[in-house]
Amino acid sequence: MSKNEMIQITYREAVREAIREALQRDERVFLLGEDVGRYGGCFAVSKGLLEEFGPERIVDTPLSESGFTGAGIGAALGGMRPIVEIMTVNFSLLAADQILNNAATFLHMSGGLFNVPLVIRMSTGGGKQLAAQHSHSLEGWYAHIPGIKVLTPATLEDARGMLWSALEDPDPVLIFEHQSLLNMEGQLPADAGAVDIDRARIRRPGSDLSVITYGASLFKALEAAEMLAGEGIEVEVIDLRTLRPLDDATFLTSIASTHRALIVDEGWRSGGISAEICARIMEGAFYELDAPVERICGAEVPMPYAKHLEEAAMPQVEAIVTTAKRMVRSNG
Amino acid sequence: MNAKSTGSPSGAQVDRVHAHHLLHQMLRIRRFEEKSAELYTLMKIRGFLHLCIGEEAVAVGLCEALEPEDGVVATYREHGNALARGISASAIMAEMYGKQEGCSRGRGGSMHIFDNKTRFYGGNAIVGCGLPLAVGLALADKMQGRKRVTCCFFGDGAVAEGEFHESMNLAALWQLPVLFVCENNLYAMGTALERAQSATDLVRKAASYNVASSAVDGMDVLSVEAAAKEAVTFARREHKPYFLECRTYRFRAHSMFDPELYRSKAEVEKWKQRGPIVTLVKQLKKQGLLNDVELEQLEQQVAREIEEAVAFAENGTWEPVEDLTRFVYSERG
Repeated sequence: MSKNEMIQITYREAVREAIREALQRDERVFLLGEDVGRYGGCFAVSKGLLEEFGPERIVDTPLSESGFTGAGIGAALGGMRPIVEIMTVNFSLLAADQILNNAATFLHMSGGLFNVPLVIRMSTGGGKQLAAQHSHSLEGWYAHIPGIKVLTPATLEDARGMLWSALEDPDPVLIFEHQSLLNMEGQLPADAGAVDIDRARIRRPGSDLSVITYGASLFKALEAAEMLAGEGIEVEVIDLRTLRPLDDATFLTSIASTHRALIVDEGWRSGGISAEICARIMEGAFYELDAPVERICGAEVPMPYAKHLEEAAMPQVEAIVTTAKRMVRSNG
Repeated sequence: MNAKSTGSPSGAQVDRVHAHHLLHQMLRIRRFEEKSAELYTLMKIRGFLHLCIGEEAVAVGLCEALEPEDGVVATYREHGNALARGISASAIMAEMYGKQEGCSRGRGGSMHIFDNKTRFYGGNAIVGCGLPLAVGLALADKMQGRKRVTCCFFGDGAVAEGEFHESMNLAALWQLPVLFVCENNLYAMGTALERAQSATDLVRKAASYNVASSAVDGMDVLSVEAAAKEAVTFARREHKPYFLECRTYRFRAHSMFDPELYRSKAEVEKWKQRGPIVTLVKQLKKQGLLNDVELEQLEQQVAREIEEAVAFAENGTWEPVEDLTRFVYSERG
């Protein structure tokens, strides 16, 4: 293939390609989870991989989140490089004991003797009318935990490239794939590969306001930025990409030039990652601000089923536009 | 399934050297634990301290059956397992002192003993959380074509946890060489087995997952050793899990904060009569395999080892506070 060749690909296919590449490159890698094999993956991400790699490497599990996540940790301790797939973030709570009490603590409890090179992928977020037990955004919650890394790939490039870097990491990495992004389609270089997993990216430069976001909200922020540009407001859109470790340098630098910050987070407001980002801005850029930091977050309700209520419970483009205008036009 | 009991204090043939070795190992654990309790009251050791006094035969019998390359996952009552597995008394004592010469650099304490040379994966203090790890360690061995066995210790309390049932099922489903060792001391902290389980036959529970299983008198080290060897051989040869219930008893309180309101002194005394050390000593003397001089020599050897361990811990150093945030993530390069 030529170096500049671009291919048309969905987010789902990009993740699948990443898994396929990992399985080809490293024989220690295997995929473990509910219905990842014969069913083809709950969200069809792993479709076809069982046929290609066989049941030893695409391992269907019973509905035992704690059991198979712990088995992933044990296998990582035993020299393998497991990719554990948990259907949704809400189900991951059944494995929270293993993630928090074992994966995140083993290296420290053992005084540095035992690291856990494990990757856990799970879907997150709302927008598919899956109601209050399948739609939450708990990645910010996981970002509270020292010992793990929390990735939130939003773009096709990151969906394709973050997995390999996560697998090369010696410590546990959680990857949150937003459900509403799986069908997103676009162009990706045919030879796309690993990307860094510790830096935020400026997805759109601007001078009037920094919008700090991640995951599916990135595209809402970009859409809002486009609309605002039509009205002469230049928004800088920052994709955090990784919630732990949090790359605060990138957004603090941005705020030093825009002097205004708006955080868009699908997670709940109280005690969420948006609150952490806000606190870091207070600590690191307080004197740069021309207006109070604002937040657009998920409404503080369990996710409702009805479409209009679900939409109202999540950050939307219109709210970003309105808030941005108010912030920029306020007297700094 | 081959559910069976190999119970009853064994009249098994044992040679003098090996018998003395087993007794020595149990004495090491007993005296180490007694010293730990003493050091706790002197505030040299803090946090939770769970002693396994009374349960020494289980740790010793099992570890005798393991090969050096096998893995061990243990609980928060693991000093005995760690000593029997070959972690030095000094490294464990220093760990309990919180010194950086401890086996976990003082980051773990009594409940989190770790050692990579003996493949000792904790020291796990969430009841039941070690079982899935053992499944995963065995899965890695299977995937990499190694003939190792993973020995997972847990108490009767863990049987009530979902992770027990998930792990039994996974190990049987995937045919993994995990030796599940239930140290059934009849109490989950203060809750008696019959107050926690609708069905108290643990061997039957394991068998219901198609896991080969048996029970053994956990107060008789020779019986435990024999059962453990059989179980390890089975797991290694058949690439399948095995569940071994060791019926034992904790002579001391659950931890240092336990007034023992849930059991009678008479019950404890009754079990002490069947203590693993007195039982073995009596049996060996009767068989002419041990005399008082030899016993005293063993005791002195153990006393020296523990004295050295305490000195090692006392002379240990504190990790600099500047290093506080190390070992949260791996240090590269």
